[in-house]
This record gives sequence, C-alpha cells and structure tokens, in this order.
Amino acid sequence: MTSTPSKISATQVNVHYGDAHAIKDVNVEIAPNTVTAFIGPSGCGKSTFLRCLNRMNDTIDICRVTGNILFDGEDIYDRKVDPVQLRAKVGMVFQKPNPFPKSIYDNIAYGPRIHGLFKTKADLDTIVENALRRAAIWDEVKDRLDAPGTGLSGGQQQRICIARAIATAPDVLLMDEPCSALDPIATAQVEELIDELRENYSVVIVTHSMQQAARVSQKTAFFHLGNLVEYDDTTKIFTNPRDPRTESYITGRIG
Amino acid sequence: MTHTSAKQSLFEVTDHTKRRNAFERRFRRYGQAAIGIGLLMLFTLAYTIVSKGTGAFQQTFVTLNIELLESKLDKKGNRDLEEMKKVSTFGYAPLIATAFENLAAEREIKTKIKAKEMAQIISKSAPSQLRDRVLDNPALIGQTVEFTLLANSWIDGYLKGRVTRENAQNNKNISVQQLDFVDELVALGVVEKRFNIGFITGADASDQRHEDAGIGVAMIGSLSMMIVVLLLSLPIGVAASIYLEEFAPKNWITDVIEVNIANLAAVPSIVFGILGLAIFINTMHFPQSAPLVGGLVLTLMTLPTIIISTRAALKAVPPSIRSAALGLGASQMQSVFHHVLPLAVPGILTGTIIGLAQALGQTAPLLLIGMIGYIATNMPETVTDALLAPNSVMPAQIYEWAKRADPAFYERAWGGIIILLVFLITMNTLAVVLRRRFERRW
Amino acid sequence: MNSSQHIRSAFDRDLDMIQAKMLKMGGLVEAAILDAAKSFESRDLELAQEVRARDKKIDALEAQINEDVTRIIALRAPAASDLRTLLSILKVAGNLERIGDYAKNMAKRTNVLLQLPLIENSPASLRRLAREVQIMLKDALDAYTQRDAEMGMDIISRDRDIDELYNALFREFLTYMMEDPRNITPCMHLHFIAKNIERMGDHVTSIAEQVVFVVTGELPGEPRDKGDVTSTDLDLSQG
Repeated sequence: MTSTPSKISATQVNVHYGDAHAIKDVNVEIAPNTVTAFIGPSGCGKSTFLRCLNRMNDTIDICRVTGNILFDGEDIYDRKVDPVQLRAKVGMVFQKPNPFPKSIYDNIAYGPRIHGLFKTKADLDTIVENALRRAAIWDEVKDRLDAPGTGLSGGQQQRICIARAIATAPDVLLMDEPCSALDPIATAQVEELIDELRENYSVVIVTHSMQQAARVSQKTAFFHLGNLVEYDDTTKIFTNPRDPRTESYITGRIG
Repeated sequence: MTHTSAKQSLFEVTDHTKRRNAFERRFRRYGQAAIGIGLLMLFTLAYTIVSKGTGAFQQTFVTLNIELLESKLDKKGNRDLEEMKKVSTFGYAPLIATAFENLAAEREIKTKIKAKEMAQIISKSAPSQLRDRVLDNPALIGQTVEFTLLANSWIDGYLKGRVTRENAQNNKNISVQQLDFVDELVALGVVEKRFNIGFITGADASDQRHEDAGIGVAMIGSLSMMIVVLLLSLPIGVAASIYLEEFAPKNWITDVIEVNIANLAAVPSIVFGILGLAIFINTMHFPQSAPLVGGLVLTLMTLPTIIISTRAALKAVPPSIRSAALGLGASQMQSVFHHVLPLAVPGILTGTIIGLAQALGQTAPLLLIGMIGYIATNMPETVTDALLAPNSVMPAQIYEWAKRADPAFYERAWGGIIILLVFLITMNTLAVVLRRRFERRW
Repeated sequence: MNSSQHIRSAFDRDLDMIQAKMLKMGGLVEAAILDAAKSFESRDLELAQEVRARDKKIDALEAQINEDVTRIIALRAPAASDLRTLLSILKVAGNLERIGDYAKNMAKRTNVLLQLPLIENSPASLRRLAREVQIMLKDALDAYTQRDAEMGMDIISRDRDIDELYNALFREFLTYMMEDPRNITPCMHLHFIAKNIERMGDHVTSIAEQVVFVVTGELPGEPRDKGDVTSTDLDLSQG
C-alpha cells in the first residue's frame, strides 16, 4: 500500500531479558520522513523495542533479541554489521539531557570526529554549525561555542543533544522520552523542533504522554505488555481506535 | 491524632517532646565531648612533636678565624692537589687548636684549659670539612679565613639545656672548664645556635659525631622509592580498574579476582615484605636494601588502594554519559577513554596520593628487604645509584635514632618526625587541591 | 484574547485552515441568500436551480469542518480561548448550514411561485428582507474574524429590525389574503419564504452570540428580544 519503502522494517521481533519475555512478536514499519510515536503504559516494552533499533540492547548481557530488523533493507543484526557504524546512521536522544562536560563545539564535533566524517577544520566547523541550525539552537549559542555544554537550561541542553545526534548525518532519530525532564515551554520548543526535523529525518519517539504523541506524530504504535496492540495513523488512533485495549488506554480507563 | 477530649495548646510542651529534646541535647553534648577529647589529643601530639623536634633544626656553631698555614698544608708550596691530599685531617686539626689559642689571647678570655681542650669543643668532623674546603679552593692557603664550624654535640646539648654542670662532671666527653670557656665564647658571640641545614641535607652519623647526623640521605631513599611506586602502581592500578569495571565479563573468574583484590588491602604489611624478599631478592637477585626493591614491594601494597579508589571513581561517573557516547557510535573503549576516565581523574588522583602517603610511612615490609637496618653514609651520586645503591627510608632513620642512647639522637628522631609529617601534610593538601581543581560538574 | 503565536506552529496552521473554511462557507451562504432572492425577483429558474445545487457544497464544507474540529480537539487538547474558538466554529458552521438550507428552500418555492399569480411588491419586499439578513451575516462573520464582541452585540439587536420587517410582511399578506381568496395560495408560499428569512436572521443572531462567547467566554445573558410577536399578539391577526 505504501509507495515509498520503509526506513526500518521490524518483523517478528522478540526480546528476552534472561527468562522474562519482554517483547512479543512485534511487527512494525517505520516510514521515511515521518514521526512515529510508541505509546503505552509503564513497562510495556516500548523503550526496550526502541533500543533494539540501534542495537543499544547489546550492552546488556542478559538481553536476547530474535527476529528481523531491516534498516534500508539490510539486517542490522547480521554478523557483518558493526553496531558502531549502525549508530552513526541511527542516532539516539535520551530522556535526561546528557551533554558531555566539554564545550558545546566539542559536544557536537564528537560524533564526526570518531567516525571520521570530515577532512579539514573548516569542514568540521560547517558540520557543527549546520547541526546547531537544524536543532534550532544556533542563534542562542553561536557566540559561546566554547562554553561548557552543561551550563545551559534543560531545554537548551536537550536541543544540544539533538544537534549532537544529527551531526553524524543519521537517517533515523530515536528519541526515548526526550521531553520528560523538561518544563512545558521547553517541551513545546522541542516538539516544534521534532516537527521541523521531519523534513530531513525519520523520527521514532517513545513517550509516556499520549497527548505528546497526538501532537507530534503522524503514525502511532500502542504497546501493551510487550505486544504491539495497534499501529495506525495518529488521527485514527485518537479518534476511532480499532482495538478495545487502545480505546481504554487513550480514554484513561486503564494505567 | 490524640483522642483526649481536652485540646492540647501549642504553647504547652508535652512530656514526650521534653524527653526527646533532653535526649537530643545530651547527645549533642556527648558529641562535643568526643570532639573535644579528640582535639585535646591532637594538640598534645602536635605540641609534643613540635617542642621536642624543633631543636633538631638548630645546631651550635663556632665562628673561628683559622690561619691556613702553608707550611702545614702545602709544604712544597706548589698547590699541587695530589700533594695536598696527602695531608690528612690530622694535619688540619692543630690549625683549629691554634685558632682557639689566638682567639683566647685576642679577646682576653680567662680560662684554665689548654688549646687542645679548646679544640675539643669542635665537632670531630670539622677537620674533615676544613680539608674539603681547602682542597676545593687551594687559593685559600696562606690566608686567614673565617670558618663556621659545628660545635660538638655535648656543647650543643649544653646550649639546649640537656647538659648541665652537674652531669658534666660524670661525662667523660666534656669538662666543666670547657663549659665555662663556652660561656665566655657565647658572650662574645663566637658560639651561637643557628638553623642547621645539615639536618635536612646531611647523612646519618656515628655515635662520635651526633651533631653531624642528618636525614637527607634517607629522604633521597624515600623519594626514589616513592617515584618507583608512583610510576608502577598508577598505570597498573588504573588499567586493572578499567578492565575490571568496564570490560571484564561478569563471570565467576572476575568475581574471584575482585574478592582477592579487596582482601589484599587487608593483608598485614609484613607479608608483603616476605613476598619481596622471596621474589625480588632471593629469586631475581636484586640488590638488597635498594630503593628499587622497596618500591616494588610497596607497589604491591599500594595497588589495592589505587584499584579500589579508581573503581569507585569510575562507578561514580553517571551512566548517562556512557549511554550518550555509545549512542553516538563510540566503541566501549572510546567511551571509557574519551569520557569516563577524564571525569574519574579527581577520584583517581586522590586515591593515588593517599596510597602514596601511606606508602611513605611504611616500615614493616621494608624490614625484610633490608632497608631498615642499613644506614647509608653518602648521598647517591646518580639516578641509578639512587635506585640500586643500598639506602634506607625516613621512618627507618627515625626509628634508628630513637633506638640510640644519646639524647642528641632522640632530638633528631623528633625532628625527623616533623619532616615526615610535613611531607604527609603536603601530599594530602596536594590531593585536596588537585581534586578541587579537576572536579567537573556533570 | 491571545494574539501571539503558538510555539507549536502546526496548531496555528490548523486553526487558520479551519477558520478559512468557515469563512468560505460563509461566503457561499451569503451568495446563496442573495441569489435565491434574486432568482425570485427576476424570475430566473436557472438561478434557482443553481442555488439548490450549490447547497451540496455548503453541506460538504460543514461535514469537513466537523471532521477537522474533531481531529483538532482529539490531537491537540485545546484549552481556554483555543477551545472556545473550536467549539464556536462548530456552532457557526451548523448555523451556516441551516441558513444555506433555508436559502435552498426559498429557491425551491420560486419554482412554484412563478406559476402562481404575482403578488404586488412581494419580490421587492422579500429582496429587501433577504438583503438585510445577508448584510447582517456578513457583519457577523466580520465580527468573528476581528473578534469584535461589541459588533456582535450590535448585530444581536439588529435582529429586532428583521423581526419587525417580517411582522409588517405578515400583516401585508394577511391583508392580501382577506382581500381575495385567489391570493391565499401564493401568499401562503410567500409567507413561508418570509418566515424562512426571519429564521435565517435568528441563526445569524446565534452566530453573533458565538462571537461574544469566543471573546468573553460567556454567551450574552439577557433573553433575546423577541420582536416576532405573531405567535402571541392577537390584535395582529384581526387585521
């Protein structure tokens, strides 16, 4: 039905933490240049599934992932794939803003440096400026690129983290509850930014705020107890969901 | 909450509250008393050390004009060093006696003692010092030069109050007449107490020449040893910590290693001495009493401290920094070396300096490798010498002095303690300063 | 009234889009009113047909606006003035759709009326009445766009004039009907048309009330002055 191929295609994905079966048979397609939201009650597995998409679960020893996850048609769990390279293409922004305690410039430049994405210092300057512009924070920090990244407000720090993630020119941005540590104005600024990022990136955002998913995304996936219950256009999910579990969650009738 | 029918006014304090307040007041008093006792002991300790030890930094010196007679020192008159070296210290001693005689005559000092007795108030090391000066500068021969020489330790004791006229009568080294003579000289300003740099820079001395004893050589021994400890334990300790914290797989082998490291920190220090003796000296045939060997033994002792404190510093780095680095595509090693380690530096430095400070004061492990009994007489000349030539360390030197009978050595033991404490306080202050300087907020 | 922009610009775009649709609907309805009256006055059956056909567009717009408002409320959870704006748009669209229906009915009756004897001056009077209502509607929509509550209150009071004009027409038709029984049929139809136009005026008043609601947060309190006394005044019917 879709004419453009999916950016990420997950089929029959299962995740086990030791004996616990955390993600059960999840199938989902992430469309390009779209914001896809994962919603669901606490512990439903949405963050776990998100972390499968850039193999961050590899760092947890007891975590086992089975199933197929294709990025641009290539299986990311294939033996030939180095997670380091994958993470340059699939960036991640975390819940609590975590800029490195270095200068703003060095924060943004870190990704390009370790992946060797530039030849001259001028190139690197351009990369840093573009990233900061795309993250809608260039005007606020252009005069103090040497100031420490930790000396900004929460919303600004989170935008620096977003700039840092897009500096490696990823195709997909994964965001794990990026606004939960921010106040309402900063949240609104980041959501506006996410809307703008759609032009150049595919965004997957995990959020525990249904309202945020409604505001920000075009497609929404509802997770419950490790299952993907419903995945559809956001308008449809919020005006007329098909599954009664989705309806209960959206209307606030269950956790 | 209460079910009494009468309403409790806020202005009336209940018994329950009163008892609680009284208990807390008492508890605070106990705490203050404990602190008071601690402070009292601290002050007593400090006072004792300072009052007993400062004496070691002052020595009695005699200022004399000595005529360097060519006839005695350079008979041939051609300033040939080889010839002059043939004149031993016995040749120089009479010059000192003569100088005293001249002094007494010049200043009209009334005294019953003869020149030879007068010369006895000078340290027995003086002729040797004189000879060294002349050989260094042959041009001095033929002139009358003013020299400042160490007085012997009984005269020194007299000026410091250890030696009195009563016990001088029983002392074969000194006579009451000599004391009278000294009084006169003190009045003239010829004999006085001065700051003695020789205590800090000099080597230890024998029973005959207490006044000459210094802690300098032992300091070099300690220093060489500490450098060895630093250069070995810091890289090994930090690398081991990083491996255990970041890279080691979580299996039983790693658990065994971790338990053993924690236990090592509690092992009695003398066991390390035995280990050092068995491995370094008997098997590997390193020279005995060498600071290198002492350094190796103390490295083994300091490693657990450094490993434990480094691990704590690494653990304290928030995992969000690691996640951020990994999320950007850094490998685990890049994440550790670019981000975690720089943030852990304050903790690592503090742990290292504390470990070094502990090592500085160790004596038991050095006992078995021979650094305690041995007392070096000369300063090491080269770096290799400093590491391999037999030497001792400051705590050992202090112990030696404390063992000897003469109160002059006893005073030096306290002086040595002061120097040791100065080192330790400096190192700990350095630890605090460095920690503050490198502390970064995240 | 908050004039600054939302941080999330998509919300502003949505609100602008939906208000534009409402104004477009308003334009279509105004044209329908005028054209329906004109078709009767100039005896233009084709125009009447057109008005009836165009009503479908008006209905379609109302359905779209309903869907859009539902979506925006579901996705954006609007509050305060945003919420009042959306609720009022819903009501205004409903009112506009009813007005459109009345215009369509007017055009329907034109077909019949043209086959019946002409009552003098009736086309002109009706046209005047329709024109009054159309001007009122235009003003009401302007007041909405400018969020002008005073203008809204003013429009509410103008409904009295419409009602009085209708009363006059009612008496006139009664006179004609009493004069000549052959006038009864055409006058009945004409009366229905006049009543429809008067109902249009009531709906426009309702739109004006929404303007006040959006601006102040409350609907205007006093009961609307019921100028239409035909249901209660016995004297009127006596002639």
